Amino acid sequence: MSLVNFTTREITCKIVYYGPGRSGKTSNLQYIYGRVPESRRGRMVSLATQTDRTLFFDFLPLDLGVISGFTTRFQLYTVPGQVYYNATRKLVLQGADGVVFVADSQARRLEDNIESLQNLQANLLGQGVDVRSFPLVLQYNKQDLPADLILTPPDLDDALNFRGYRSFPGDALRGAGVFETLKGISEMVLKRLAATGSGAA
Amino acid sequence: MTRLNPRLRFDSYVVGSANRLAVTAARAVAESPGAVYNPLFVYAGSGLGKTHLLMAIGHHAIAVNPQLTAEYLTLDEFVESFHAAIAAGQGEAYRRRYSDVGILLVDDVQFLTHRREMQAELFRLTNTMLTSGRQIVLSSDRPPNEIEALDERLIQRFAGGLVIDISAPDYETRVAILRRQAEERKAEFDPSVLEAVASLPIGSVRELIGAFNRLIAYQAVRESPLTSVEARAVLAKTMPVTVRTGAETPAPAPEVIGSIEPEAPVPAPVPSGSGDEFGSFLSEISSAVARQVESWRGRVAEAIVRWQGEDYRTERLQRLLEGESPVDPDAALRDYEEDIERLKQIAAEARELDVAVAGLAVFHDPDRLAEAETELQKAREGLSPPPGPSPIWRLDEFVASSTNKMVTTAAQGILEAPGAHFNPLVIIGPVGVGKTHLLHGMGNALAERPGMVVACLGAEDFVDDLIKAIDRDRVAWWRARYRRITALLLDDVHLLGGKDRTQEELFWLYNLLAEAGNQMIFTSAVPPQELEGVEPRLRTRLEAGLVVELPQPDREVREAIVARILREKAGEAEPELAAYLAARPVETVRALQGLVQRVLDAGEVEDQRPSAGLARQVLEGSPAAPARRTTGNRTSGLLSPTGSLRSREKLVWDWPDIADRLIEEVR
Repeated sequence: MSLVNFTTREITCKIVYYGPGRSGKTSNLQYIYGRVPESRRGRMVSLATQTDRTLFFDFLPLDLGVISGFTTRFQLYTVPGQVYYNATRKLVLQGADGVVFVADSQARRLEDNIESLQNLQANLLGQGVDVRSFPLVLQYNKQDLPADLILTPPDLDDALNFRGYRSFPGDALRGAGVFETLKGISEMVLKRLAATGSGAA
Repeated sequence: MTRLNPRLRFDSYVVGSANRLAVTAARAVAESPGAVYNPLFVYAGSGLGKTHLLMAIGHHAIAVNPQLTAEYLTLDEFVESFHAAIAAGQGEAYRRRYSDVGILLVDDVQFLTHRREMQAELFRLTNTMLTSGRQIVLSSDRPPNEIEALDERLIQRFAGGLVIDISAPDYETRVAILRRQAEERKAEFDPSVLEAVASLPIGSVRELIGAFNRLIAYQAVRESPLTSVEARAVLAKTMPVTVRTGAETPAPAPEVIGSIEPEAPVPAPVPSGSGDEFGSFLSEISSAVARQVESWRGRVAEAIVRWQGEDYRTERLQRLLEGESPVDPDAALRDYEEDIERLKQIAAEARELDVAVAGLAVFHDPDRLAEAETELQKAREGLSPPPGPSPIWRLDEFVASSTNKMVTTAAQGILEAPGAHFNPLVIIGPVGVGKTHLLHGMGNALAERPGMVVACLGAEDFVDDLIKAIDRDRVAWWRARYRRITALLLDDVHLLGGKDRTQEELFWLYNLLAEAGNQMIFTSAVPPQELEGVEPRLRTRLEAGLVVELPQPDREVREAIVARILREKAGEAEPELAAYLAARPVETVRALQGLVQRVLDAGEVEDQRPSAGLARQVLEGSPAAPARRTTGNRTSGLLSPTGSLRSREKLVWDWPDIADRLIEEVR
């Protein structure tokens, strides 16, 4: 997809929140939605089941206005975390400029995190994306839970972050680390422009 | 304000790959302050020559324009004097004092961190300098966007000029710096000592000079000269741990934006919701976008410095910088660099063809690529063509008969549409049957066609021509000559046996001509498959053409030849004489010409008209002497009908030096 278009003077970044079911991807988007002035955000599209689980995906368009002469838009997506929705995940992942991997910090969810991370890598590889240079950050969500239930960020880094991505502790329900994560991935996505030129396609 | 240190000039600045771009930019700025890269922002680790470069710019700018005022100051001096002026109520006067400075050099601007007031002041000063066309040069130990809490407007101002870095000197540059130091200090060291010091993992020039100073001090108290082993030992004792352990100078820490270091204590997530999180996010993203969007300016500016350093015109890129964001800056850069590549190719070929042309300015201006192509074309056309066919052999004098019908039909086909039918044509036949006559005759006929450039020569001349070119290092020129031709007619290709280099060149020429549909005709004493010492790739190409044999002359041909010679030499002769001579058992045209000539000579000596009787007396009374061989196995076309040498140009009068032949044989 077109990242920076010098002809139409537009910058569009597609950021996908990925992770196992119930890790807090939708909570991230909901928190952002709640903090963005109405004029800056589009309608948040959320297709959920009756039990509030994401069925298809969430979509939150952000209009950051004109920056350095470029109309700048961010499109935030989440994918359904459940294993059986892989076709949807692949679809949403298409053309992504960056991915936030939202991990559930609970010790008992470690296997789910690993499985989802492997699924992400497989889906990216399937789309011909070089995972090593692709903008990706990790968010260790639910760090607000009691310490005996969760793993610390260093432990999670050891378990999940062997590629040395940036990682952020988070509490998406109350918003801790949500904007830090978004800033982190945005910086990486934008920085990639410098390395790859305009990126217009 | 600090005075410019008189020792810190460009001529004492050792230039290497690590700082070449920065020095080129600095020189450009010093030579035309305010006109090229304004502001110029140089960043480098400590001790890599930033201050030296800033002062060198000041010195050079004054040397170029003595009316100019250059002022150097460190950021600390800037801050102190500003505070002093504000305290004294002289803020405006302070600002005015820079109004007559033509070039302002500000060192160590990384100390602007968290000094909002000074950042605003520097921003104002930078704007004033830029709008009045005066130069500002800044230095820092890190790029502007890594200076913590630096005003975004300042970052953009700096990015709008040229931001360039100096990296640690490479080994060769370190040796050069040490040699220059030794020379300046009049210290004598064994070269191996300097090389040993340069090979130490010292990343900064300042540390390197410090190490050198220690060696000078150590040497002063010794009686014998220091060895490289001792030098290493001396330095190992006194150098910082990083150097002793062989660790490189630590690289600047990677940019960390909001990440949590693995070892750092993790701050407990705090309930959020306070403050304008989105506003803060937007502000940071705006900075990031601005940096990336404007980063094309940096790329273009770097390209300008690079190509100016290589002596290319860069107006196109400068125009790019003067405008707003172009539609596709990277495509513009790519196009420019492709044009430069093409210019390099053109200049290289032109240099081979004609050294005088290579220096033309058009070869350094990508905006004049078309002119450069024209100049190259002119250089190509200025070449003298290779040897053409000899005018003494006319095709209409070649006697056609039923036995050589195949050859003559093929020749006719070629003349009607060169390159279209029989390409290549290979004419084989024994010595003296008229291959050379036919070849040159066809060459002359082809050359009469408009636009045809015919090369027609013997294989030995072809070899000699190449040897001369190799000897004079003009092979490219030689090739270019042959690439212009539209037909190649090569006599006696069997003589190419063992001439590997010539065969290689002929192979490439063959392919080129074949691809362009240009006619080739070869003659050979033997069929292609029997050619000895000729590479299979060439042999098979000849086999793939039309191979026709020029047979021994039959009675019909012999009669026609005899009749023509007699007509030319003796006017009308009796028919009986012609019939007698044509009936003689000769195998080649050349032998027949020899017979006729003997009869004519005898008639001249005995002062009577040549007749059948005289011919019988001459030819049957005494056996004919065998034809004299003149040049080994190279005989075709050498003898005239009179038995004397037919053409001076067929003979090699100037034998090439024996050494030239050896080159060919070795190859």
